[in-house]
Amino acid sequence: MAVLPAQLPPRALAGVKVAVFLLCLLPAGLIVAGLLAGSLGINPIESMIRQFGEWALRLLLITLAVTPLRQLTGAAWLVRLRRMLGLFAFTYVLLHFTAYFVFEQSARLGLVLEDVAKRPYILVGAAALLLLIPLAVTSTNGWMRRLGRRWKRLHWLVYPIAVLAVFHFFMLIKAEDYSRPLLYAGILMVLLGYRLQRGARGRMRRQRVHA
Amino acid sequence: MHVRIPRPWAIRESEVTEERIYRARRHFMKTSAVAALGAGLFPGLVAARAEQQLDALRPLEKSRFSTDEDPNTYEEITSYNNFYEYGTGKEDPARLAPKYLKPEPWSVEITGEAEVTGSFALEDLLKPHALEERIYRLRCVEAWSMVIPWVGIPLADVIKRFKPTSRAKYVKLTTLLDPEQMPKQDSGGIFGFLSTIDWPYTEGLRMDEAMNELSLLAVGLYGKEMPAQNGAPIRLVVPWKYGFKSVKSIVSIHFQETQPNTTWNDLAPNEYGFYANVNPEVDHPRWSQARERRIGELFKRDTLMFNGYGEQVASLYRGMDLSKHY
Repeated sequence: MAVLPAQLPPRALAGVKVAVFLLCLLPAGLIVAGLLAGSLGINPIESMIRQFGEWALRLLLITLAVTPLRQLTGAAWLVRLRRMLGLFAFTYVLLHFTAYFVFEQSARLGLVLEDVAKRPYILVGAAALLLLIPLAVTSTNGWMRRLGRRWKRLHWLVYPIAVLAVFHFFMLIKAEDYSRPLLYAGILMVLLGYRLQRGARGRMRRQRVHA
Repeated sequence: MHVRIPRPWAIRESEVTEERIYRARRHFMKTSAVAALGAGLFPGLVAARAEQQLDALRPLEKSRFSTDEDPNTYEEITSYNNFYEYGTGKEDPARLAPKYLKPEPWSVEITGEAEVTGSFALEDLLKPHALEERIYRLRCVEAWSMVIPWVGIPLADVIKRFKPTSRAKYVKLTTLLDPEQMPKQDSGGIFGFLSTIDWPYTEGLRMDEAMNELSLLAVGLYGKEMPAQNGAPIRLVVPWKYGFKSVKSIVSIHFQETQPNTTWNDLAPNEYGFYANVNPEVDHPRWSQARERRIGELFKRDTLMFNGYGEQVASLYRGMDLSKHY
């Protein structure tokens, strides 16, 4: 598939990076602007928290789609966007949590801990957030070098994290309308299926070489 | 010859907000919003407060059951609704209900364990009663709340007319079933297999709850006829219970000896009980009921036992384990 150029000159790549950076900032900008302008609906706080959360999930899935997209299109430079996308996903998770912490729990840590202990969907969300922290910390070149092959193994965590995030979304739906969580679950399943199938083929190939 | 007979329950002209005040209010909202934006505040919230201050200009007869808290704005009350017959989104009812619901003509069936039964035109149902305004807190099971100036009649006064028999231990109230007027009753949606609500929407009260002085049959709010999205033309309001008990667009009132099945209780019995009294100490399995977001406020506030109506209703539940009868 030659939808995307296989190579990108450095200046074009820099341009793409700036564009992606600004695009990733856009939802947060619109959410905050909407809050200030009073255009987030009748319950703006809930709307803000939910939108931050949903964008975190979207960016997580987009990050997960980078490698399959690179493999399918042969556009090797796509991988250069992956760290930024992943860190933006983490940023939106932090915004989601901060808004919840401040406005839902009045910035009282005790209330958050009680919520985590009592409510499975909060626990699942908290687990996803905590698991993302080591991935964000080790996203630098230095850590990649230091961890070597273990870096890849560590960053496989992003799959269970995405599963937790989708579950978190599923569990807070009151009734009936599961269409959006189901959509994200579907996308995640496709991405996960692709990786598993490719992984299996890779192992088979390696086994054949060794035989 | 066309003779216009004023419906006895129609809101009198004198009761509706004067155009001049209405416009002044709008103007004030706009200017204060702009001013607040400059100050870097939250104009949406500031505007809401400003409108309420002007509402105090309106002469309204207040019931002794009315709260003196600031009511939410008409816009808030009429554009943030749960009315699943029009979709699960909070904005769906405001968008669709006025288009589909035909609240006129309307009649209500009175059936079951009562001496007087039959089908009554809404006008006839309301005729003997005087409308009053009741400003009640409304607490949704989803942990948000509003203050709403309802217009209606005490449910007890209506019930007495039908002379329920001694076997009438419960009253069951049912919403209209008509997919032509309530489109989501028909469609399973894209994920129809998950559509589990068994229409029509049904709610119920114990007889003594129904006869409580707080229970209201509401036909309007803010001195205007009930907007479609709020359950036109007639709905229940039981302010000490979570909002879902206050069934909308009622077509049937049925007296019976056994506890009726109710929609949310059927759907998720571990999450929504028959009683559904507002209770900060009994959490919903998935979220806390200890606090709530009053629409228009930034931070959450504490939820009150029986939504602050304990004085009127606590005696109804004496001796009951409310964590079991949630």
